[in-house]
Amino acid sequence: MTSPGDGEARHHILSVLVENKAGVLARVAGLFSRRGFNIFSLAVAPTDDERFSRLTIVVDVESAPLEQIVQQLDKLVNVVSISQLAPEAAVERELVLATVEVDAAHRGEIIELIGVFRGEVVNVGPDRLTVMLADDPDTVDDFERLLGGYRIVELQRTGRVALPKLKYAD
Amino acid sequence: MKLTGAQALIKSLETQGVEVMFGLPGGAILPVYDPILDSSIRHVLVRHEQGAGHMAEGYAMVTGRAGVAMVTSGPGATNVVTPLSNAYMDSTPLVVITGQVATSAIGSDAFQECDITGVTMGITKHNWLVKRAEDIPRTVAAAFHVATTGRPGPVLVDLPKDVSNAEMDWYWPTSEADLDLPGYHPRTEGDPAAIAEAVELMLAAERPVLYVGGGVLKARAAGALLELAERTGFPVVTTLMARGAFPDSHPLCLGMPGMHGNYTAVTAMQRADLLVSLGARFDDRVTGRVSAFAPSAKVIHVDIDPAEIGKVRVPEVGIVGDCQRVVERLVAGLEAAGLAHDAAAVRTDTGAKARPGSRAADRPARDAWWAQLRAWQQEFPLHYEDGAGDTLKPQMVVEALRDLSSPDTVVVAGVGQHQMWASQYWRFEHPYTWVNSGGAGTMGFAVPAAIGAKVGRPEKTVWAIDGDGCFQMTAQELVTAAAERIPVKVAILNNAYLGMVRQWQEMFYAERYSEVYLSPDLPDYVKWAEAMGCVGFRADSPEEVGPAIEKANAIDDRPVVVDFRTDAFEKVFPMVPAGGSNDDIVVHPAQSPNRPAR
Repeated sequence: MTSPGDGEARHHILSVLVENKAGVLARVAGLFSRRGFNIFSLAVAPTDDERFSRLTIVVDVESAPLEQIVQQLDKLVNVVSISQLAPEAAVERELVLATVEVDAAHRGEIIELIGVFRGEVVNVGPDRLTVMLADDPDTVDDFERLLGGYRIVELQRTGRVALPKLKYAD
Repeated sequence: MKLTGAQALIKSLETQGVEVMFGLPGGAILPVYDPILDSSIRHVLVRHEQGAGHMAEGYAMVTGRAGVAMVTSGPGATNVVTPLSNAYMDSTPLVVITGQVATSAIGSDAFQECDITGVTMGITKHNWLVKRAEDIPRTVAAAFHVATTGRPGPVLVDLPKDVSNAEMDWYWPTSEADLDLPGYHPRTEGDPAAIAEAVELMLAAERPVLYVGGGVLKARAAGALLELAERTGFPVVTTLMARGAFPDSHPLCLGMPGMHGNYTAVTAMQRADLLVSLGARFDDRVTGRVSAFAPSAKVIHVDIDPAEIGKVRVPEVGIVGDCQRVVERLVAGLEAAGLAHDAAAVRTDTGAKARPGSRAADRPARDAWWAQLRAWQQEFPLHYEDGAGDTLKPQMVVEALRDLSSPDTVVVAGVGQHQMWASQYWRFEHPYTWVNSGGAGTMGFAVPAAIGAKVGRPEKTVWAIDGDGCFQMTAQELVTAAAERIPVKVAILNNAYLGMVRQWQEMFYAERYSEVYLSPDLPDYVKWAEAMGCVGFRADSPEEVGPAIEKANAIDDRPVVVDFRTDAFEKVFPMVPAGGSNDDIVVHPAQSPNRPAR
């Protein structure tokens, strides 16, 4: 996986409603793999209707034309519907959890940084902090870069979830 | 009514209208084999599960109905993987039922356990692991629905043994809504705006070609295609999967395009200004190097699978829909533009007459195009050289088979040189008379597929034209044919080589022949045929060919195998080298000096 920060134009978000059945994720993953389509990130969770789950897939449209990816996905019998979300037409969020090593001298500094980003400290150890931020992916990228100034012990991003931006009549 | 899962499965198949299935029992599927004894469904006991799958394919390809195969878990299931992959590539409707270990044992590496739904995910249109007996009727109904609608294809239903043994209350789903397929909605009606655009392109074309693929046969659109062709006067090429969709004897027919297509069909596509692709998928064997394919053509692409449109070549007009319906609407559009049906005019290459004053009356003349096509046909017909002395040419055997058999004979081929010669030299006049493995290129397809075809069309003569390499892969199914009294005929074009590989090694590997020699006598095909309960005989020389075929055609109570000893050095021409442009088509060496410079 490449960082989604480099070259937004290569990305497109697919919001895919699937049947909540065993093996559906394997079918989607298998399709991407056998057709040579690249995924930047993938987030899966049930929807408010327990019969369905929603996958938010950030696809690499340089690996294959978006239309081809969508049409092949749509052929999977368990795929109910697909919404294509251009990045500019979507609200996106991603969550990052990171554990950083920080001595007493730098603890205040890092907590201040988290405050600026409106993140949270979610766990505190004698010489480590686990911090969290949920924001748009670019901000999460910035946050991750700044955390890089400290020693990151572990870091996990969720991959993005997205919904269409609401439109208002003129 | 209380039934066991096994009884419900068989009753579901009966309710679905299944008349025959091909299979082989084993541990996990045992419960289902008991109610088969009481069923109206004929079961053909194969000798290897791969045979069951290919028989089901042959049956499906000649009847248009889903072929059904039933096998046990583990190795039984993995043996049917090749037919599933084959059917997936060629869009053949297949329903394969596999036994599975009990649900409680799934995931424990139990005896004969295999995750067959996982294995076949990428080579089935869909598959199901049934975990409750009450889901069986709905799943079977959904399986047939998915296999036979939209773009047809193979499906697999995996049935654990405890589910077969459990009891359920019988029901049968009465509507599509009962099938629980919220994400499955094939589109069959073409978009009217796109159809109107296509009509305009067709009216404006000067060098058109109708590029006909297997989808036309799947959609049972041969009649509609004939109407479209005769109304437009457009030349027709039929791909390997579409042989028979348009009669080879028709004056508009140019025959097969592609890697081993004839010069005129290949070159017509290259020079066309409009390709009307009907149920074809721009396969690499047809296009050659894609960037050099039909460079000046606009493309109308009709396919029921939206993912095929633009997958290889971006069309000017893409139409998602059933070929029959779309072609009928194209015909209606042409009619509205003033183009009447005029079959007589077609036969003089002028195409149908347009009503005076109509838009169609202004369409460009295509006389120059037809003159060019006829000139190519004249200069570069399919060609082979007669053998010296007793040398038996494989093409001559195919021609003799064709000339001595009824035109509605079903011809079945394996994969390789013999397949290409069969497709080139047979004259296909009727749809569903050609059965072969196209996309997957599965050697060993012919014998079992011929058996399935004969079961589906018992009133027709079925000739498998096979190679010696292919025959050795699945010949044991002739035991099935003999035991079940399925009188297929097999012509082995025995050149003692894996001939197509030999041809490539000769042409592209400096005649360094690596692992391609088989021997004409090992095995002894005549004795082998006899040992399997068939009649077997041999033809070594040209004069023995006719009598051998007539003798074979006269036998109708047993399978027949004829061992034709053919020239080992014969190559398939024309040929577009793999990865090359179709402009670089290599014709038979005897025709090469005449070849015009590009």
